[in-house]
Amino acid sequence: MQHNPLPARRKAYIGTMRMLMWISVAIAGALVLFLVGYVLVKGIPNITWELLSTKPSYLDGTIGILPNILNTVYIILATLVVVLPLGVGAAIYLTEYAGNQKIVGMIEYAAETLSGIPSIIYGLVGMLFFCQFMNMQTSLLAGSLTLVIMNLPTIMRTTQESLKTVPQSYREGAFGLGAGKWRVIRTVVLPGCVDGIVTGCILAIGRILGESAALLFTAGFAHALNGLFDGLTSAGATLTVALYVYAKEQGEFDVAFAIAAILMVLTVLVNLCAALVGKYFKRKNSV
Amino acid sequence: MAIKSKKKLVENIIHGVFLVLGLVTVGCVLLITVYLIVSGIPAIREIGLIDFLFGKEWASTAAEPKYGILPFILTSIYGTAGAIVIGVPIGFFTAVYLAKQAPTKFKAVMESAISLLAGIPSVVYGFVGMMVLVPGIRKVFNVPDGASLLAAIIVLAVMILPSIIKVSMTALEAVPKEYEDASLALGATPVETYFRVSVPAAKSGIATAVVLGVGRAIGEAMAVMMVSGNAANMPSLFQSVRFLTTAVSSEMAYSSGLQQQALFSIALVLFLFIMLINATLNFFLKGQKEGT
Repeated sequence: MQHNPLPARRKAYIGTMRMLMWISVAIAGALVLFLVGYVLVKGIPNITWELLSTKPSYLDGTIGILPNILNTVYIILATLVVVLPLGVGAAIYLTEYAGNQKIVGMIEYAAETLSGIPSIIYGLVGMLFFCQFMNMQTSLLAGSLTLVIMNLPTIMRTTQESLKTVPQSYREGAFGLGAGKWRVIRTVVLPGCVDGIVTGCILAIGRILGESAALLFTAGFAHALNGLFDGLTSAGATLTVALYVYAKEQGEFDVAFAIAAILMVLTVLVNLCAALVGKYFKRKNSV
Repeated sequence: MAIKSKKKLVENIIHGVFLVLGLVTVGCVLLITVYLIVSGIPAIREIGLIDFLFGKEWASTAAEPKYGILPFILTSIYGTAGAIVIGVPIGFFTAVYLAKQAPTKFKAVMESAISLLAGIPSVVYGFVGMMVLVPGIRKVFNVPDGASLLAAIIVLAVMILPSIIKVSMTALEAVPKEYEDASLALGATPVETYFRVSVPAAKSGIATAVVLGVGRAIGEAMAVMMVSGNAANMPSLFQSVRFLTTAVSSEMAYSSGLQQQALFSIALVLFLFIMLINATLNFFLKGQKEGT
Protein backbone atom coordinates (compact mmCIF):
# COMPACT_ATOMS: atom_id res chain seq x y z
CA MET A 1 0.00 0.00 0.00
CA GLN A 2 1.28 3.38 -0.91
CA HIS A 3 1.72 5.73 1.99
CA ASN A 4 1.00 9.35 1.18
CA PRO A 5 2.92 11.86 3.24
CA LEU A 6 0.68 14.32 5.04
CA PRO A 7 0.25 17.74 3.44
CA ALA A 8 2.37 20.48 5.01
CA ARG A 9 -0.61 22.26 6.54
CA ARG A 10 -1.77 19.24 8.47
CA LYS A 11 1.78 18.54 9.53
CA ALA A 12 2.14 22.06 10.86
CA TYR A 13 -1.17 21.78 12.75
CA ILE A 14 -0.16 18.52 14.34
CA GLY A 15 3.27 19.84 15.23
CA THR A 16 1.88 22.99 16.83
CA MET A 17 -0.70 21.14 18.88
CA ARG A 18 1.83 18.60 20.02
CA MET A 19 4.23 21.35 21.03
CA LEU A 20 1.51 23.23 22.94
CA MET A 21 0.60 20.06 24.82
CA TRP A 22 4.19 19.37 25.77
CA ILE A 23 4.84 22.93 26.86
CA SER A 24 1.67 22.97 28.99
CA VAL A 25 2.43 19.66 30.66
CA ALA A 26 5.98 20.81 31.30
CA ILE A 27 4.73 24.03 32.89
CA ALA A 28 2.21 22.22 35.08
CA GLY A 29 4.75 19.63 36.19
CA ALA A 30 7.47 22.19 36.82
CA LEU A 31 5.05 24.27 38.89
CA VAL A 32 4.28 21.42 41.24
CA LEU A 33 7.95 20.47 41.56
CA PHE A 34 8.96 24.07 42.18
CA LEU A 35 6.23 24.79 44.74
CA VAL A 36 6.86 21.66 46.76
CA GLY A 37 10.63 21.86 46.46
CA TYR A 38 10.88 25.56 47.27
CA VAL A 39 8.65 25.37 50.33
CA LEU A 40 10.33 22.26 51.70
CA VAL A 41 13.90 23.44 51.06
CA LYS A 42 13.25 26.83 52.62
CA GLY A 43 11.04 25.56 55.41
CA ILE A 44 12.42 22.31 56.76
CA PRO A 45 15.68 23.80 58.13
CA ASN A 46 13.55 26.19 60.18
CA ILE A 47 11.47 23.48 61.82
CA THR A 48 12.98 22.94 65.25
CA TRP A 49 11.73 21.02 68.24
CA GLU A 50 11.50 24.28 70.14
CA LEU A 51 9.26 25.78 67.48
CA LEU A 52 6.95 22.79 67.57
CA SER A 53 6.72 22.41 71.31
CA THR A 54 6.39 25.91 72.75
CA LYS A 55 4.09 28.87 72.59
CA PRO A 56 5.23 32.32 71.53
CA SER A 57 6.81 34.30 74.33
CA TYR A 58 7.22 38.05 74.24
CA LEU A 59 9.56 37.89 77.23
CA ASP A 60 12.10 35.65 75.54
CA GLY A 61 11.27 36.89 72.05
CA THR A 62 10.78 33.33 70.83
CA ILE A 63 8.08 31.98 68.60
CA GLY A 64 6.46 28.58 69.00
CA ILE A 65 3.60 27.14 67.04
CA LEU A 66 2.32 24.49 69.44
CA PRO A 67 -0.87 26.47 70.11
CA ASN A 68 -1.53 26.72 66.38
CA ILE A 69 -1.00 23.00 65.89
CA LEU A 70 -3.41 22.24 68.75
CA ASN A 71 -5.95 24.76 67.48
CA THR A 72 -5.88 23.10 64.07
CA VAL A 73 -6.47 19.71 65.66
CA TYR A 74 -9.32 21.07 67.83
CA ILE A 75 -11.01 22.71 64.88
CA ILE A 76 -10.74 19.56 62.78
CA LEU A 77 -12.22 17.45 65.60
CA ALA A 78 -15.02 19.86 66.43
CA THR A 79 -15.96 20.32 62.79
CA LEU A 80 -16.04 16.60 62.04
CA VAL A 81 -18.10 15.80 65.15
CA VAL A 82 -20.82 18.15 63.96
CA VAL A 83 -20.61 17.75 60.21
CA LEU A 84 -20.58 13.94 60.09
CA PRO A 85 -24.07 13.33 61.49
CA LEU A 86 -25.46 16.21 59.46
CA GLY A 87 -23.87 15.20 56.17
CA VAL A 88 -24.40 11.47 56.51
CA GLY A 89 -27.98 12.04 57.68
CA ALA A 90 -28.72 14.26 54.71
CA ALA A 91 -27.24 11.69 52.33
CA ILE A 92 -29.31 8.92 53.91
CA TYR A 93 -32.43 11.02 53.59
CA LEU A 94 -31.73 11.67 49.93
CA THR A 95 -31.02 8.06 48.92
CA GLU A 96 -33.19 6.08 51.34
CA TYR A 97 -36.17 8.18 52.29
CA ALA A 98 -36.88 10.99 49.90
CA GLY A 99 -39.84 10.33 47.67
CA ASN A 100 -40.59 13.88 46.75
CA GLN A 101 -38.39 14.88 43.81
CA LYS A 102 -38.91 18.55 44.56
CA ILE A 103 -37.31 18.23 47.99
CA VAL A 104 -34.44 16.18 46.56
CA GLY A 105 -33.84 18.80 43.87
CA MET A 106 -33.95 21.57 46.44
CA ILE A 107 -31.43 19.89 48.75
CA GLU A 108 -29.08 19.04 45.92
CA TYR A 109 -29.29 22.55 44.53
CA ALA A 110 -28.57 23.94 47.99
CA ALA A 111 -25.52 21.68 48.35
CA GLU A 112 -24.23 22.80 44.96
CA THR A 113 -24.72 26.42 45.90
CA LEU A 114 -22.88 25.91 49.18
CA SER A 115 -19.89 24.39 47.46
CA GLY A 116 -19.62 27.40 45.16
CA ILE A 117 -19.65 30.07 47.84
CA PRO A 118 -16.18 31.52 48.52
CA SER A 119 -14.73 31.06 51.98
CA ILE A 120 -14.52 34.77 52.71
CA ILE A 121 -18.33 34.93 52.56
CA TYR A 122 -18.56 31.99 54.95
CA GLY A 123 -16.24 33.88 57.25
CA LEU A 124 -18.37 36.98 57.12
CA VAL A 125 -21.69 35.22 57.71
CA GLY A 126 -20.05 33.06 60.38
CA MET A 127 -18.91 36.20 62.14
CA LEU A 128 -22.38 37.78 61.93
CA PHE A 129 -24.32 34.68 62.89
CA PHE A 130 -22.18 32.60 65.24
CA CYS A 131 -19.95 35.25 66.82
CA GLN A 132 -22.44 38.07 67.12
CA PHE A 133 -25.99 36.73 66.88
CA MET A 134 -25.35 33.49 68.80
CA ASN A 135 -22.98 35.38 71.07
CA MET A 136 -20.08 32.94 70.82
CA GLN A 137 -17.53 35.72 70.36
CA THR A 138 -14.47 35.06 68.26
CA SER A 139 -13.78 31.45 69.17
CA LEU A 140 -12.66 28.13 67.76
CA LEU A 141 -16.23 26.88 68.18
CA ALA A 142 -17.60 29.65 65.98
CA GLY A 143 -14.85 28.84 63.47
CA SER A 144 -15.68 25.14 63.48
CA LEU A 145 -19.39 25.75 63.02
CA THR A 146 -18.60 27.96 60.04
CA LEU A 147 -16.47 25.17 58.60
CA VAL A 148 -19.32 22.72 59.23
CA ILE A 149 -21.47 24.60 56.72
CA MET A 150 -18.56 24.68 54.28
CA ASN A 151 -17.88 20.95 54.48
CA LEU A 152 -21.47 19.77 54.57
CA PRO A 153 -21.72 19.33 50.77
CA THR A 154 -18.47 17.32 50.65
CA ILE A 155 -19.53 14.78 53.28
CA MET A 156 -23.00 14.62 51.78
CA ARG A 157 -21.73 13.92 48.29
CA THR A 158 -19.17 11.24 49.17
CA THR A 159 -21.66 9.43 51.41
CA GLN A 160 -24.33 9.62 48.73
CA GLU A 161 -21.96 8.18 46.13
CA SER A 162 -21.14 5.18 48.28
CA LEU A 163 -24.77 4.66 49.34
CA LYS A 164 -25.54 4.20 45.68
CA THR A 165 -23.06 1.29 45.55
CA VAL A 166 -24.90 -0.66 48.27
CA PRO A 167 -26.81 -3.24 46.21
CA GLN A 168 -30.57 -2.84 46.27
CA SER A 169 -30.88 -6.60 46.88
CA TYR A 170 -29.28 -6.21 50.35
CA ARG A 171 -32.02 -3.82 51.34
CA GLU A 172 -34.72 -5.99 49.85
CA GLY A 173 -33.31 -9.03 51.64
CA ALA A 174 -33.43 -7.27 54.98
CA PHE A 175 -36.93 -5.95 54.36
CA GLY A 176 -38.00 -9.44 53.36
CA LEU A 177 -36.82 -10.76 56.71
CA GLY A 178 -39.19 -8.30 58.34
CA ALA A 179 -36.78 -5.56 59.35
CA GLY A 180 -38.10 -2.01 59.61
CA LYS A 181 -36.61 0.81 57.58
CA TRP A 182 -34.53 2.19 60.45
CA ARG A 183 -33.13 -1.25 61.20
CA VAL A 184 -32.21 -1.77 57.57
CA ILE A 185 -30.40 1.56 57.53
CA ARG A 186 -28.53 0.81 60.75
CA THR A 187 -27.49 -2.73 59.97
CA VAL A 188 -27.26 -2.90 56.19
CA VAL A 189 -26.97 0.54 54.62
CA LEU A 190 -24.65 2.35 57.03
CA PRO A 191 -21.95 -0.35 57.16
CA GLY A 192 -22.01 -0.36 53.38
CA CYS A 193 -21.19 3.32 53.09
CA VAL A 194 -18.27 3.48 55.51
CA ASP A 195 -15.90 4.04 52.60
CA GLY A 196 -17.77 7.14 51.49
CA ILE A 197 -17.78 8.52 55.01
CA VAL A 198 -14.05 7.90 55.43
CA THR A 199 -13.26 9.51 52.08
CA GLY A 200 -15.46 12.45 52.98
CA CYS A 201 -13.65 12.83 56.29
CA ILE A 202 -10.25 12.88 54.61
CA LEU A 203 -11.39 15.45 52.07
CA ALA A 204 -12.89 17.55 54.85
CA ILE A 205 -9.69 17.36 56.90
CA GLY A 206 -7.73 18.54 53.89
CA ARG A 207 -10.07 21.42 53.38
CA ILE A 208 -10.11 22.45 57.05
CA LEU A 209 -6.32 22.25 57.16
CA GLY A 210 -6.04 24.67 54.28
CA GLU A 211 -8.81 27.04 55.23
CA SER A 212 -7.93 30.52 56.34
CA ALA A 213 -10.27 33.21 55.03
CA ALA A 214 -13.29 31.73 56.79
CA LEU A 215 -11.41 31.48 60.07
CA LEU A 216 -9.85 34.92 60.18
CA PHE A 217 -12.94 36.63 61.60
CA THR A 218 -14.58 33.67 63.28
CA ALA A 219 -11.70 32.00 65.13
CA GLY A 220 -9.36 34.95 65.34
CA PHE A 221 -5.59 35.00 65.71
CA ALA A 222 -4.71 34.36 69.34
CA HIS A 223 -1.75 32.11 70.17
CA ALA A 224 -2.71 30.99 73.67
CA LEU A 225 -2.10 27.41 74.74
CA ASN A 226 -5.36 25.73 75.79
CA GLY A 227 -6.91 22.35 76.42
CA LEU A 228 -9.67 21.14 74.10
CA PHE A 229 -12.66 22.56 75.96
CA ASP A 230 -11.10 25.87 76.96
CA GLY A 231 -9.70 26.06 73.47
CA LEU A 232 -13.09 25.80 71.82
CA THR A 233 -14.51 28.77 73.66
CA SER A 234 -11.51 31.04 73.18
CA ALA A 235 -10.01 32.60 70.10
CA GLY A 236 -7.10 30.89 68.39
CA ALA A 237 -5.19 30.84 65.13
CA THR A 238 -4.86 27.65 63.13
CA LEU A 239 -1.64 26.91 61.24
CA THR A 240 -2.84 28.64 58.08
CA VAL A 241 -3.98 31.77 59.90
CA ALA A 242 -0.69 31.78 61.84
CA LEU A 243 1.21 31.55 58.56
CA TYR A 244 -0.69 34.57 57.27
CA VAL A 245 -0.10 36.58 60.43
CA TYR A 246 3.60 35.75 60.68
CA ALA A 247 4.26 36.38 56.99
CA LYS A 248 2.11 39.40 56.29
CA GLU A 249 1.82 41.23 59.56
CA GLN A 250 4.93 40.38 61.56
CA GLY A 251 7.48 39.72 58.82
CA GLU A 252 8.72 36.53 60.54
CA PHE A 253 9.57 34.77 57.30
CA ASP A 254 11.55 31.91 58.84
CA VAL A 255 8.60 30.87 60.97
CA ALA A 256 6.27 31.34 58.02
CA PHE A 257 8.44 29.07 55.87
CA ALA A 258 8.47 26.46 58.61
CA ILE A 259 4.67 26.53 58.85
CA ALA A 260 4.34 26.41 55.07
CA ALA A 261 6.57 23.33 54.99
CA ILE A 262 4.51 21.65 57.70
CA LEU A 263 1.31 22.44 55.81
CA MET A 264 2.85 21.10 52.62
CA VAL A 265 3.84 17.83 54.29
CA LEU A 266 0.36 17.50 55.81
CA THR A 267 -1.25 18.16 52.42
CA VAL A 268 0.89 15.42 50.86
CA LEU A 269 -0.11 13.07 53.68
CA VAL A 270 -3.82 13.84 53.32
CA ASN A 271 -3.60 13.23 49.57
CA LEU A 272 -1.76 9.96 50.12
CA CYS A 273 -4.37 8.83 52.64
CA ALA A 274 -7.17 9.68 50.24
CA ALA A 275 -5.50 7.72 47.45
CA LEU A 276 -4.74 4.72 49.67
CA VAL A 277 -8.22 4.62 51.17
CA GLY A 278 -9.72 4.88 47.70
CA LYS A 279 -7.61 1.95 46.51
CA TYR A 280 -8.34 -0.11 49.63
CA PHE A 281 -12.10 0.22 49.33
CA LYS A 282 -12.04 -0.35 45.61
CA ARG A 283 -10.28 -3.65 46.14
CA LYS A 284 -12.61 -4.56 48.97
CA ASN A 285 -15.71 -3.77 46.95
CA SER A 286 -14.57 -5.69 43.92
CA VAL A 287 -13.95 -8.88 45.92
CA MET B 1 -51.64 -4.03 67.26
CA ALA B 2 -50.22 -1.65 69.83
CA ILE B 3 -46.70 -2.82 69.11
CA LYS B 4 -47.18 -2.29 65.42
CA SER B 5 -48.45 1.26 65.76
CA LYS B 6 -45.63 2.05 68.16
CA LYS B 7 -43.14 0.74 65.67
CA LYS B 8 -44.72 2.84 62.99
CA LEU B 9 -44.50 5.89 65.18
CA VAL B 10 -40.77 5.33 65.73
CA GLU B 11 -40.24 4.88 62.01
CA ASN B 12 -42.08 8.12 61.34
CA ILE B 13 -40.05 10.00 63.90
CA ILE B 14 -36.83 8.71 62.38
CA HIS B 15 -38.05 9.67 58.93
CA GLY B 16 -38.69 13.15 60.28
CA VAL B 17 -35.23 13.37 61.82
CA PHE B 18 -33.57 12.50 58.51
CA LEU B 19 -35.78 14.97 56.69
CA VAL B 20 -34.60 17.69 59.06
CA LEU B 21 -30.96 16.67 58.55
CA GLY B 22 -31.51 16.88 54.82
CA LEU B 23 -33.04 20.30 55.07
CA VAL B 24 -30.11 21.69 57.10
CA THR B 25 -28.30 22.35 53.82
CA VAL B 26 -31.22 24.35 52.49
CA GLY B 27 -31.39 26.21 55.80
CA CYS B 28 -27.70 27.12 55.55
CA VAL B 29 -28.13 28.57 52.07
CA LEU B 30 -31.12 30.58 53.23
CA LEU B 31 -29.22 31.75 56.30
CA ILE B 32 -26.30 32.97 54.22
CA THR B 33 -28.51 34.67 51.65
CA VAL B 34 -30.73 36.37 54.21
CA TYR B 35 -27.79 37.54 56.33
CA LEU B 36 -25.96 38.98 53.35
CA ILE B 37 -29.00 40.79 52.04
CA VAL B 38 -30.15 42.12 55.39
CA SER B 39 -26.70 43.36 56.37
CA GLY B 40 -25.74 44.49 52.89
CA ILE B 41 -28.74 46.64 51.99
CA PRO B 42 -28.50 49.47 54.62
CA ALA B 43 -25.16 50.81 53.42
CA ILE B 44 -26.22 50.68 49.78
CA ARG B 45 -29.34 52.64 50.74
CA GLU B 46 -27.34 55.24 52.56
CA ILE B 47 -24.65 55.63 49.93
CA GLY B 48 -26.94 55.23 46.92
CA LEU B 49 -26.75 52.27 44.56
CA ILE B 50 -25.20 54.19 41.67
CA ASP B 51 -22.61 55.96 43.83
CA PHE B 52 -21.76 52.67 45.50
CA LEU B 53 -21.41 50.51 42.39
CA PHE B 54 -19.94 53.09 40.04
CA GLY B 55 -18.10 55.44 42.39
CA LYS B 56 -14.46 55.47 41.42
CA GLU B 57 -13.08 56.36 44.80
CA TRP B 58 -12.91 54.34 48.00
CA ALA B 59 -11.76 56.30 51.02
CA SER B 60 -13.53 54.73 53.97
CA THR B 61 -11.36 56.26 56.67
CA ALA B 62 -11.16 59.79 55.24
CA ALA B 63 -12.80 62.72 57.07
CA GLU B 64 -15.35 62.78 54.28
CA PRO B 65 -15.59 59.08 53.50
CA LYS B 66 -16.19 57.90 49.96
CA TYR B 67 -17.58 54.47 49.23
CA GLY B 68 -17.24 53.74 45.53
CA ILE B 69 -16.45 50.12 44.75
CA LEU B 70 -15.95 50.31 40.99
CA PRO B 71 -12.17 49.80 41.44
CA PHE B 72 -12.81 46.55 43.35
CA ILE B 73 -15.35 45.26 40.85
CA LEU B 74 -13.09 46.01 37.89
CA THR B 75 -10.05 44.55 39.65
CA SER B 76 -11.95 41.34 40.39
CA ILE B 77 -13.11 41.11 36.79
CA TYR B 78 -9.70 41.91 35.27
CA GLY B 79 -7.90 39.64 37.72
CA THR B 80 -10.22 36.74 36.99
CA ALA B 81 -10.06 37.35 33.24
CA GLY B 82 -6.26 37.45 33.40
CA ALA B 83 -6.10 34.23 35.38
CA ILE B 84 -8.41 32.57 32.87
CA VAL B 85 -6.38 33.81 29.89
CA ILE B 86 -3.19 32.32 31.37
CA GLY B 87 -4.59 29.33 33.21
CA VAL B 88 -7.14 27.92 30.76
CA PRO B 89 -4.81 27.27 27.78
CA ILE B 90 -2.20 25.60 30.00
CA GLY B 91 -4.85 23.57 31.78
CA PHE B 92 -6.65 22.67 28.58
CA PHE B 93 -3.61 21.38 26.69
CA THR B 94 -2.38 19.53 29.79
CA ALA B 95 -5.79 17.89 30.14
CA VAL B 96 -5.86 16.79 26.49
CA TYR B 97 -2.37 15.34 26.78
CA LEU B 98 -3.05 13.53 30.04
CA ALA B 99 -6.47 12.25 29.02
CA LYS B 100 -5.51 11.04 25.56
CA GLN B 101 -1.82 10.69 24.95
CA ALA B 102 0.14 10.27 28.16
CA PRO B 103 1.64 6.88 29.07
CA THR B 104 -0.29 5.31 31.96
CA LYS B 105 2.48 5.71 34.53
CA PHE B 106 3.21 9.33 33.67
CA LYS B 107 -0.51 10.05 33.76
CA ALA B 108 -0.83 8.57 37.25
CA VAL B 109 2.11 10.62 38.52
CA MET B 110 0.77 13.83 37.01
CA GLU B 111 -2.71 13.17 38.34
CA SER B 112 -1.49 12.89 41.90
CA ALA B 113 0.71 15.96 41.38
CA ILE B 114 -2.36 17.89 40.27
CA SER B 115 -4.39 16.68 43.25
CA LEU B 116 -1.58 17.94 45.43
CA LEU B 117 -1.72 21.30 43.67
CA ALA B 118 -5.45 21.42 44.45
CA GLY B 119 -4.82 20.63 48.11
CA ILE B 120 -2.14 23.21 48.84
CA PRO B 121 -3.63 25.84 51.19
CA SER B 122 -4.21 29.23 49.63
CA VAL B 123 -2.02 30.98 52.21
CA VAL B 124 0.90 28.86 51.03
CA TYR B 125 0.26 30.04 47.47
CA GLY B 126 0.06 33.58 48.74
CA PHE B 127 3.23 33.21 50.76
CA VAL B 128 5.27 31.73 47.92
CA GLY B 129 3.90 34.45 45.65
CA MET B 130 4.94 37.04 48.19
CA MET B 131 8.47 35.65 48.50
CA VAL B 132 9.16 34.78 44.86
CA LEU B 133 6.74 36.49 42.51
CA VAL B 134 6.54 39.94 44.07
CA PRO B 135 10.31 40.60 44.19
CA GLY B 136 10.62 38.90 40.79
CA ILE B 137 8.13 41.28 39.17
CA ARG B 138 9.85 44.24 40.80
CA LYS B 139 13.18 43.24 39.27
CA VAL B 140 12.03 42.06 35.86
CA PHE B 141 9.71 44.96 35.09
CA ASN B 142 11.66 47.49 37.08
CA VAL B 143 8.66 48.80 39.03
CA PRO B 144 8.83 50.24 42.56
CA ASP B 145 6.66 47.53 44.09
CA GLY B 146 5.97 44.06 42.73
CA ALA B 147 2.78 43.60 44.77
CA SER B 148 0.42 44.19 41.89
CA LEU B 149 -2.47 42.98 39.77
CA LEU B 150 0.00 40.98 37.66
CA ALA B 151 1.26 39.04 40.70
CA ALA B 152 -2.34 38.28 41.70
CA ILE B 153 -3.20 37.14 38.17
CA ILE B 154 -0.28 34.71 38.09
CA VAL B 155 -1.10 33.28 41.53
CA LEU B 156 -4.76 32.88 40.57
CA ALA B 157 -3.82 31.24 37.26
CA VAL B 158 -1.84 28.61 39.16
CA MET B 159 -4.62 28.13 41.68
CA ILE B 160 -7.31 27.46 39.08
CA LEU B 161 -5.15 25.00 37.11
CA PRO B 162 -6.12 21.86 39.08
CA SER B 163 -9.87 22.34 38.72
CA ILE B 164 -9.54 23.13 35.02
CA ILE B 165 -7.31 20.12 34.34
CA LYS B 166 -9.39 17.67 36.40
CA VAL B 167 -12.81 18.65 35.08
CA SER B 168 -11.64 18.84 31.46
CA MET B 169 -9.95 15.45 31.79
CA THR B 170 -13.13 13.86 33.10
CA ALA B 171 -15.06 15.31 30.17
CA LEU B 172 -12.45 14.20 27.62
CA GLU B 173 -12.29 10.68 29.03
CA ALA B 174 -16.06 10.37 28.76
CA VAL B 175 -16.00 10.89 24.99
CA PRO B 176 -17.18 7.60 23.41
CA LYS B 177 -14.31 5.69 21.90
CA GLU B 178 -16.33 5.06 18.72
CA TYR B 179 -16.10 8.75 17.80
CA GLU B 180 -12.33 8.63 17.95
CA ASP B 181 -12.12 5.28 16.18
CA ALA B 182 -14.27 6.60 13.35
CA SER B 183 -12.06 9.62 12.96
CA LEU B 184 -8.89 7.52 12.99
CA ALA B 185 -10.37 5.11 10.46
CA LEU B 186 -11.11 8.03 8.15
CA GLY B 187 -7.40 8.81 8.11
CA ALA B 188 -7.04 11.52 10.71
CA THR B 189 -3.90 11.29 12.84
CA PRO B 190 -4.31 10.82 16.61
CA VAL B 191 -3.50 14.46 17.40
CA GLU B 192 -6.03 15.70 14.84
CA THR B 193 -8.59 13.32 16.30
CA TYR B 194 -8.08 14.64 19.83
CA PHE B 195 -8.49 18.27 18.88
CA ARG B 196 -11.09 18.01 16.13
CA VAL B 197 -13.26 15.19 17.47
CA SER B 198 -12.70 14.60 21.18
CA VAL B 199 -12.46 18.25 22.22
CA PRO B 200 -15.63 19.37 20.42
CA ALA B 201 -17.45 16.33 21.86
CA ALA B 202 -16.32 17.33 25.36
CA LYS B 203 -16.93 21.03 24.93
CA SER B 204 -19.64 21.48 27.53
CA GLY B 205 -17.46 19.72 30.11
CA ILE B 206 -14.55 21.98 29.24
CA ALA B 207 -16.83 25.01 29.48
CA THR B 208 -17.85 23.79 32.94
CA ALA B 209 -14.17 23.64 33.87
CA VAL B 210 -13.65 27.23 32.79
CA VAL B 211 -16.68 28.46 34.72
CA LEU B 212 -15.46 26.58 37.82
CA GLY B 213 -12.12 28.32 37.38
CA VAL B 214 -13.85 31.70 37.20
CA GLY B 215 -15.71 30.93 40.41
CA ARG B 216 -12.59 29.89 42.22
CA ALA B 217 -10.60 32.91 41.01
CA ILE B 218 -13.22 35.49 41.86
CA GLY B 219 -13.74 34.06 45.35
CA GLU B 220 -10.11 33.70 46.37
CA ALA B 221 -9.15 36.02 49.18
CA MET B 222 -6.06 35.10 51.18
CA ALA B 223 -3.59 34.37 48.40
CA VAL B 224 -4.60 37.53 46.58
CA MET B 225 -4.41 39.58 49.74
CA MET B 226 -0.77 38.58 50.19
CA VAL B 227 0.41 39.53 46.70
CA SER B 228 -1.78 42.33 45.39
CA GLY B 229 -0.71 45.20 47.64
CA ASN B 230 -4.23 46.12 48.76
CA ALA B 231 -4.43 49.78 47.75
CA ALA B 232 -7.83 50.84 46.42
CA ASN B 233 -6.57 51.85 42.96
CA MET B 234 -8.30 51.47 39.64
CA PRO B 235 -6.88 48.27 38.15
CA SER B 236 -3.63 48.53 36.27
CA LEU B 237 -1.19 45.69 35.71
CA PHE B 238 1.70 46.99 37.75
CA GLN B 239 -0.19 48.83 40.44
CA SER B 240 -1.23 47.78 43.87
CA VAL B 241 -4.90 46.80 43.68
CA ARG B 242 -7.72 45.55 45.84
CA PHE B 243 -10.22 42.84 44.90
CA LEU B 244 -13.82 42.48 46.10
CA THR B 245 -12.69 39.69 48.41
CA THR B 246 -9.71 41.52 49.81
CA ALA B 247 -11.72 44.71 50.25
CA VAL B 248 -13.90 42.79 52.68
CA SER B 249 -11.10 41.10 54.55
CA SER B 250 -8.60 43.92 54.78
CA GLU B 251 -10.83 46.38 56.63
CA MET B 252 -13.12 44.05 58.55
CA ALA B 253 -10.88 43.78 61.60
CA TYR B 254 -11.07 47.45 62.55
CA SER B 255 -14.22 48.74 60.84
CA SER B 256 -17.44 49.92 62.43
CA GLY B 257 -20.62 51.78 61.55
CA LEU B 258 -21.25 52.70 57.93
CA GLN B 259 -17.77 51.52 56.95
CA GLN B 260 -18.50 48.01 58.20
CA GLN B 261 -21.93 48.03 56.61
CA ALA B 262 -20.32 49.01 53.32
CA LEU B 263 -18.06 45.95 53.64
CA PHE B 264 -21.15 43.76 54.00
CA SER B 265 -22.53 45.39 50.87
CA ILE B 266 -19.31 44.49 49.03
CA ALA B 267 -19.78 40.90 50.18
CA LEU B 268 -23.33 41.05 48.83
CA VAL B 269 -22.03 42.19 45.44
CA LEU B 270 -19.48 39.35 45.48
CA PHE B 271 -22.26 36.92 46.40
CA LEU B 272 -24.35 38.10 43.44
CA PHE B 273 -21.37 37.52 41.13
CA ILE B 274 -21.01 34.00 42.52
CA MET B 275 -24.72 33.27 42.09
CA LEU B 276 -24.46 34.43 38.48
CA ILE B 277 -21.51 32.09 37.95
CA ASN B 278 -23.40 29.21 39.60
CA ALA B 279 -26.35 29.80 37.29
CA THR B 280 -23.99 29.65 34.29
CA LEU B 281 -22.46 26.49 35.69
CA ASN B 282 -25.87 24.85 36.05
CA PHE B 283 -26.67 25.82 32.50
CA PHE B 284 -23.56 24.03 31.21
CA LEU B 285 -24.09 21.03 33.48
CA LYS B 286 -27.60 20.65 32.13
CA GLY B 287 -26.25 20.83 28.58
CA GLN B 288 -23.78 18.12 29.47
CA LYS B 289 -26.47 15.82 30.82
CA GLU B 290 -28.60 16.26 27.75
CA GLY B 291 -25.60 15.83 25.47
CA THR B 292 -24.73 12.37 26.74
